[in-house]
Amino acid sequence: MVTIASTVNGRSSPGILSRLKSRRYAAYWMVLPLVILIAGLVVYPFVYSVYLSFENKAETKFVGLKNYKRLLNYKTFWLVTGNSFRFTLTAVFFKATLGLILALILNNLPFGGQRIWRGVSLIPWVMPLALSSMGWWWIFEPTHSAINWIIVQFGGTPKPWLSDPFWARVSCIVTNIWFGTPFFMIMYLAGLKSIPESLYEAAQIDGARALQRFRYVTFPMLSKLIGITVMFSTIVTFANFDIVRILTRGGPRYTTHLFGTYAFNIGIESGHLPRGSAVALFMFPVLGLAAFFILRNIARGEE
Amino acid sequence: MSKVSLENVCKNFGNVEAVSCFYLDVEDKEFLVLLGPSGCGKSTTLRMIAGLEELTEGNIYIGDKLVNDMPPRDRDIAMVFQDYALYPHMTVYHNMAFGLKLRKFPRTEIEQRVKEAADILGIQDLLERKPRELSGGQRQRVAVGRAIVRKPAVFLFDEPLSNLDAKLRGQMRAELSKLHDQLKTTIIYVTHDQVEAMTMGTKIVIMNEGIIHQVGSPMEIYDYPVNKFVGGFIGSPGMNFLSAKIVSEKSRLYVDTGGFQLLIPSKKNSFLESKTDQEVILGIRPEHIQDAVFTDETSITDSFKAVVEVVETLGAEVQLNVVSGEHDLIARVDPRTKAARHQEIELAVNMEKIHIFETEPPNERVKTEE
Amino acid sequence: MSLTLVQQKKRKITYSYLGLVPFLVFFLFPLYWMLITAFKPDSEITSLKGIPFIIHSVPTLDHFKFILFKTRFIQWFWNSFQIAIVVTIITMIVSILGAYAISRLRFLGSRYFGVGIFCTYLVPPALLFIPFYKVVGILGLINTKWCLLFLYPTLTVPFCTWILIGYFTAIPRALDEAAFVDGATYIQMLTRVFLPVAAPGLIASTLFAFTVSWAQFLYPLAYIYRDEEKVLTNGIYTTLIRGDVYHWGELMGGALLASVPVVVLFAFLMDYYIAGLTRGTIK
Repeated sequence: MVTIASTVNGRSSPGILSRLKSRRYAAYWMVLPLVILIAGLVVYPFVYSVYLSFENKAETKFVGLKNYKRLLNYKTFWLVTGNSFRFTLTAVFFKATLGLILALILNNLPFGGQRIWRGVSLIPWVMPLALSSMGWWWIFEPTHSAINWIIVQFGGTPKPWLSDPFWARVSCIVTNIWFGTPFFMIMYLAGLKSIPESLYEAAQIDGARALQRFRYVTFPMLSKLIGITVMFSTIVTFANFDIVRILTRGGPRYTTHLFGTYAFNIGIESGHLPRGSAVALFMFPVLGLAAFFILRNIARGEE
Repeated sequence: MSKVSLENVCKNFGNVEAVSCFYLDVEDKEFLVLLGPSGCGKSTTLRMIAGLEELTEGNIYIGDKLVNDMPPRDRDIAMVFQDYALYPHMTVYHNMAFGLKLRKFPRTEIEQRVKEAADILGIQDLLERKPRELSGGQRQRVAVGRAIVRKPAVFLFDEPLSNLDAKLRGQMRAELSKLHDQLKTTIIYVTHDQVEAMTMGTKIVIMNEGIIHQVGSPMEIYDYPVNKFVGGFIGSPGMNFLSAKIVSEKSRLYVDTGGFQLLIPSKKNSFLESKTDQEVILGIRPEHIQDAVFTDETSITDSFKAVVEVVETLGAEVQLNVVSGEHDLIARVDPRTKAARHQEIELAVNMEKIHIFETEPPNERVKTEE
Repeated sequence: MSLTLVQQKKRKITYSYLGLVPFLVFFLFPLYWMLITAFKPDSEITSLKGIPFIIHSVPTLDHFKFILFKTRFIQWFWNSFQIAIVVTIITMIVSILGAYAISRLRFLGSRYFGVGIFCTYLVPPALLFIPFYKVVGILGLINTKWCLLFLYPTLTVPFCTWILIGYFTAIPRALDEAAFVDGATYIQMLTRVFLPVAAPGLIASTLFAFTVSWAQFLYPLAYIYRDEEKVLTNGIYTTLIRGDVYHWGELMGGALLASVPVVVLFAFLMDYYIAGLTRGTIK
């Protein structure tokens, strides 16, 4: 017995060592493509865009912060900035609220119905946004299309949906709410499912009515998830491109541009890549802040 | 005034009968335990009393009030859940105060009651903590605390100790019994653990497959199980069951297992004569089979021979798995026994403690004493 | 008080369905409107008479015929398909290897990798498309669909790796130890143990990679101008919206047809996708 054991040990211990060593090598090889991809296609272009934003239009001369200074002096830039924030805050607020209501409704349904209607409610989010935005574009068409027809039927005056600054902004936000509400719903619904049923029963016995159960059990149990989802959505909404590009192309008179579409307009369409870069980079602080909050929240959840 | 009465109560889930109709009275200040294997309908019964589950039929009274359609909050009950169901975002204090706050108790009263309960349970130092910072035993105490601050007419416990380790469970059993003495209220307690039922209950209700088999005090149920299920469910290790026959020889009655015969004490004859030559099931608890060398002189015994298969030394006693003929039996014998594996041993059965059950379901016990 | 539990439950369900109706109208109306427009004859689309929500004359397939035979729709569809498939394959290889190494093989800095991957969210396409314009130009890939093959993985790989790390981490360590004792190599451990056990995660991330590739709009719009190299999103947008007269019927038909593959995929694999999406944040 003893001799057999020692031979087994004698044979296997260098094996284990070499395997541990090989584990590290295996790990490096496996993670290499990912590193190359992120370094080469995310980090490098990002750094490059910072560099680019310091150049002149012909990209022949280093001009320092001139592009940024110019932008800060443009009225249009401030219009875009204001609109980006307005768009993001309004859309995220409505998506978060409607998503919560919808999730609560769906959570009440019996299993079969819940599964079906959850699926149906996801369609807006599943459809490629560029394509569904074309549908909305047609809906907002002023003369022959749906919304104004309904308004007229109810005795209202038709609205110039996409050619009036106010209504054009509303249109873009509505489209974004349509697209993003299902995402909130699906996150909240999963969150609701993770709340143990016995908590509600305990609350019922403690004397809580439906609204109180929502206020004292559901909402506090969801609050962290709500925070994370809102921040996620803030990133995606703030960097949105498809909706505005298709509905209004930033018009009328730059009133609906977001950072993304404005950067496209200046960088690609007007051919001023450095200044376009500068516009896009103005998004970075907001995105960074949102990501910071998400990471802090997730890290807190793991402790 | 906190009697609980269940009249003809039953529960169906769709077409499945979860609890068959039954009557049950829980007296004031009683510690009633609903005991049975999982899925027997005991939790459903408790949840119907709590108002978390609708009755299919019947009436439930708490005190004198019919509570069938009353929401849980109006029933004057408190409940301790299996997973404790503490609100994870509230401190221990707020967990305990929540029910009082919703009932609009004045602040000072809430504080006083929470403090009282915390003193009883020894959790004064934990009041500012969140549930996730507590150990299992501490959470358990908080869950109990949340129930007692309400001073309800009836406490409901749904398997509250099943998430604790064995040692803690023993400790909490003693504490809950003490608590019952202190609070002097009615407790209805659901468990699948017979030890909890036997140690804490003043009355035990044995359920299986939605049917109540027996209601009685712990010793009644142990000594006089109404049928084979109850006999087998109570006691650990479980009762030995042997298919047997009652035979009569020279006006003496024997129970014949095929391999061996045991003489039935004459005082039981009058009850068993009618069973002569009939198939029965013989039930003997392991503790009533002794090593014949160390038998207790005061009881009437008869012995048989068996071969020892396994010897488990438990310290205070020795558990033997033996084979006699076609029967496997378990015996709990005196630790001085010389029993050894594969050796024959003579075992003495305390014949006053044997049970005879019918072979036909529901395997009722044949009465053998007054 | 007087309502029984069963009545309360029934009432709750009824109210919930009632509450669901406005949401469904909001969510589905655009699709209905697109669908009905696609089948309406042009004369009816531009007519101002009658209720516009039903087709008064005979439904027509003219718009679809136009899309399929008078435009390069089929070519774009094929382009989209090729790109999405290849990107999905690349994504899965990179993400699986990366997620496996990060979640199991522990190496220097592996802990920070998860955070690093997450941070790629900070640089969305709206920020990267300008530097990429230069990169794509230098590589000579402007105006070819192939540039998308290396642009799309920047969108898909981080999220898929993130999903897969979650699934791999959830696999009990005893399982790799058992495989290790049985003499499996690291690659065998991955293919024989991890991939089968994490199959739902693989389905979720495959689906994600495919749909994201299918739906991308900004990159093709920015870099591809030649009709035969376009994909569905920019193809439909740039070709069917030309001049002042909009061909609404064709546009709606094209947008709907282009959405069919992803919607069908979802109909079958929705549960996996939802599980993959939500499990990372909810614990």
